[in-house]
Amino acid sequence: MTAPTRTRRRLAEAGRVARRRLLVAVPVLAATSAGMFALGAASPVDPAQQYAGAAAFTTSEENLAQIRANWGVDDPLPVQYARWVGNLLRGDLGWSTSRHEPVADVLAARAGWTLLLVGAALAVVLVASLLLGTLAAYRRGGWFDRALRTSAYAIQSVPVFWLGLAAIAVFALSLGWLPAGGLTDVTATRTDPADVARHLILPVGVLALSQAPWFVLFIRDSVADSLRDDHVLAARARGLPGRTVLFGHALRTGLLPFLTLIGTHLPELVGGAVLVETVFSLPGLGAVTVQAALGSDFPLLAATTLATTVVVLTANLATDLAYAAADPRVRLE
Amino acid sequence: MPRPTGLRLAASAAVLLTLAACSAPTATSGAEAGGGTLVVATAGEPDTLNPVLNYGVDGGSLIFDGLVGRDGRNQLVPALARELPSVSDDGRTVTARLRDGVVFHDGTPLTARDVVFTYQAVLDEKVDSTLRSDLDMLASVTAPDEATVVFTLRYAYAPFLQRLALGIVPAGALAGQDINKAAFNRQPIGTGPYRVTSWTPGDRLVLAANDRYWGGRPANKSVVVAFVPDDNVRAQRARAGEFDAAELPPKLATGFDAQAGYQVVRVPTADYRGVMLPMGNPVTADVAVRRALNAAVDRVAMVNGVLGGAGEPAYGPVPPSSEFAEPSVAGTPTADPAAATALLDAAGWRPGPDGIRVKDGTRAELSLMYPAADSLRKELALAVTADAKKIGIAINPAGLTWDAITPRMNKDALIMGYGTPYDPDFVSYKLFHSDFAGQGFFNPGSYASGVTDRALREGRAEADPARRKAAYATFQRQLATDVPWVFLTYLEHTYVVRDTVDGVTARVEPHEHDVANSLWWNIHTWSRRS
Repeated sequence: MTAPTRTRRRLAEAGRVARRRLLVAVPVLAATSAGMFALGAASPVDPAQQYAGAAAFTTSEENLAQIRANWGVDDPLPVQYARWVGNLLRGDLGWSTSRHEPVADVLAARAGWTLLLVGAALAVVLVASLLLGTLAAYRRGGWFDRALRTSAYAIQSVPVFWLGLAAIAVFALSLGWLPAGGLTDVTATRTDPADVARHLILPVGVLALSQAPWFVLFIRDSVADSLRDDHVLAARARGLPGRTVLFGHALRTGLLPFLTLIGTHLPELVGGAVLVETVFSLPGLGAVTVQAALGSDFPLLAATTLATTVVVLTANLATDLAYAAADPRVRLE
Repeated sequence: MPRPTGLRLAASAAVLLTLAACSAPTATSGAEAGGGTLVVATAGEPDTLNPVLNYGVDGGSLIFDGLVGRDGRNQLVPALARELPSVSDDGRTVTARLRDGVVFHDGTPLTARDVVFTYQAVLDEKVDSTLRSDLDMLASVTAPDEATVVFTLRYAYAPFLQRLALGIVPAGALAGQDINKAAFNRQPIGTGPYRVTSWTPGDRLVLAANDRYWGGRPANKSVVVAFVPDDNVRAQRARAGEFDAAELPPKLATGFDAQAGYQVVRVPTADYRGVMLPMGNPVTADVAVRRALNAAVDRVAMVNGVLGGAGEPAYGPVPPSSEFAEPSVAGTPTADPAAATALLDAAGWRPGPDGIRVKDGTRAELSLMYPAADSLRKELALAVTADAKKIGIAINPAGLTWDAITPRMNKDALIMGYGTPYDPDFVSYKLFHSDFAGQGFFNPGSYASGVTDRALREGRAEADPARRKAAYATFQRQLATDVPWVFLTYLEHTYVVRDTVDGVTARVEPHEHDVANSLWWNIHTWSRRS
């Protein structure tokens, strides 16, 4: 079998898998959103009262009932759900009752910042953990390995908001090197990329640091194991330079399970991002999602839940495909 | 397969981003960085900037003006109205003449049509406005000519002028639109000292001076309101020097007393906390128990211990700063257990074997609910519990969510908080009039007193200030006799302000204070020495 044929066959396999996963995704998404609405119906929180805020205490019951009627939140659940699905199919994500604006606008204005934060932190975590983990594995039991493991366990046990406040205390208050929060300088008249970057150093650093232990320890163990594998020993025996053996042979074998780890760890990274956004007063999705949950804001919650499901399904698919690409022994069927 | 985590929701955003392009806050013009910009920080971010939907309804909203405004002592002064509106003899017709030459931020002139539109929007059932409850006396509003507005009331309502601080919106910018969803709510147009340059929800609101402001050009070029919900983070950013003024809880603000370059401003409020004692509970139904609890609580200890000194004892719903306050209702600021036990003994509540009093087989034991997320109310509940134990009343504090509290309000005590400095009618009428007994958060304990009802009705119907004062004095004395609530403390709002800022004038604040109605209500007159 020639190489191009094999590549073509694998691509066709990948396409079939993607289509099949897509078919499965539709009922999963329907079930998730229906479950979301059922849970919402069971919630005792009155969205109109939540909407009124402190004014709820001076607002008459008929006033609140009128607002509920305007929203249709007292309609039977199937009616609400059908209306929501109908609007969704027309591309309308609905109206956020907790934010007083279209759901699409909430996501458009805020998702970018959360994505930027998570993406940058993930990049930092990956590069740093690959480097540090491999080095620690190379001199397993040495002072660097021990120091790295100790700090990894220490950091893993510290809540991320504490890390954030500590970082502010050190780098913003004591040293004055970096801003303590916000997206731009409070008096900035426009969103300057350099200004935003400077404001994101601490949040990205804190988020990356809080997530790093898992990845570092994983890489360290994985590389340490493969350093004892036959092919690595053989490479050494052939007299290849240490660096080539370490990064070219040992790390490469250790990378495969790492892909899975990233896939499964994405939700935790996002969870950390919510807390980091709060500590550094960043206008991401974290705060609004919490507010939506507290305020029974179903359109916004449903949109975020739905999108989360899509992210998870996509991450799964991407992990599987990447696995197949990296290891010829893996069959996609 | 990744396992679902609760906080993962936000991940979703990532994908939707690919559907909806990321919108960075747009570049702004007009606002200049530097000496002309004042930066203030607060926890409370408004959901909308439309007065019709409850933004800054009591004035001080920076972006809008009402027909009337309030000065530093909360006295009504003419704003968009040329002079204070006149009230007919029967109290049911209120006529306002508009100031000449006022223009909105977009250059359109203010006319009576805008005022009519604003109030009709509030009354429109299609509009999701909670203000409708406050304007239920308003039958109609009309504009006989370009510069005159006539309000017709269903019944004589003496404090009606106080309701005219509501910001006026331009009819032209909103007519024919769904006000609930109008883009105006985020990019509003008003007549106030500042126009909105940009609002990045969750981050900041940037305001630029309105050079054509009818009250005179603001003393600074722009104002930035930073929204920092977390108290500790706000304090740290204030310490890093980011803000000219910031709202902080008392205990965090105290840390700035020693900080060079900052002063701590403590602002009295009309925001009280108290224990609502329901008439449907067999123990608190006895007025002797209610009076005993009222005597047993140590208000000074609560102010010092719970509020960190930022407050004062409360004895009734009318704050001491109000001209309607009745001084005779003030009790002893510290606990008076002797008086409390004497009251209980006289009423036949005898100490049982475990020290808890009993009368006719009923143990003096009750639940005291508080919203679990509110740490201040929790600490007050615990303080009341400790004070009550000393006189033989067992209280079981219960931290609950509002949906768990609401169905129990008719028979279990509750730590509640309310208060507005503007008129004693505003909150107290619904809270203590028997017409509202058992109606949601209005009079949940079903307190009913003919004397109180008559005094409250007289207070709102009577135009003569002296008679109103007498009516509210009667009301306060009757409350002190019946004790449907044990009032505990008035809070103080605390702010830290840079020393170099001139023009700060604290005025008594209501419960709600965010962009509107905070220490910076008159920020257009503030300036900063460099």
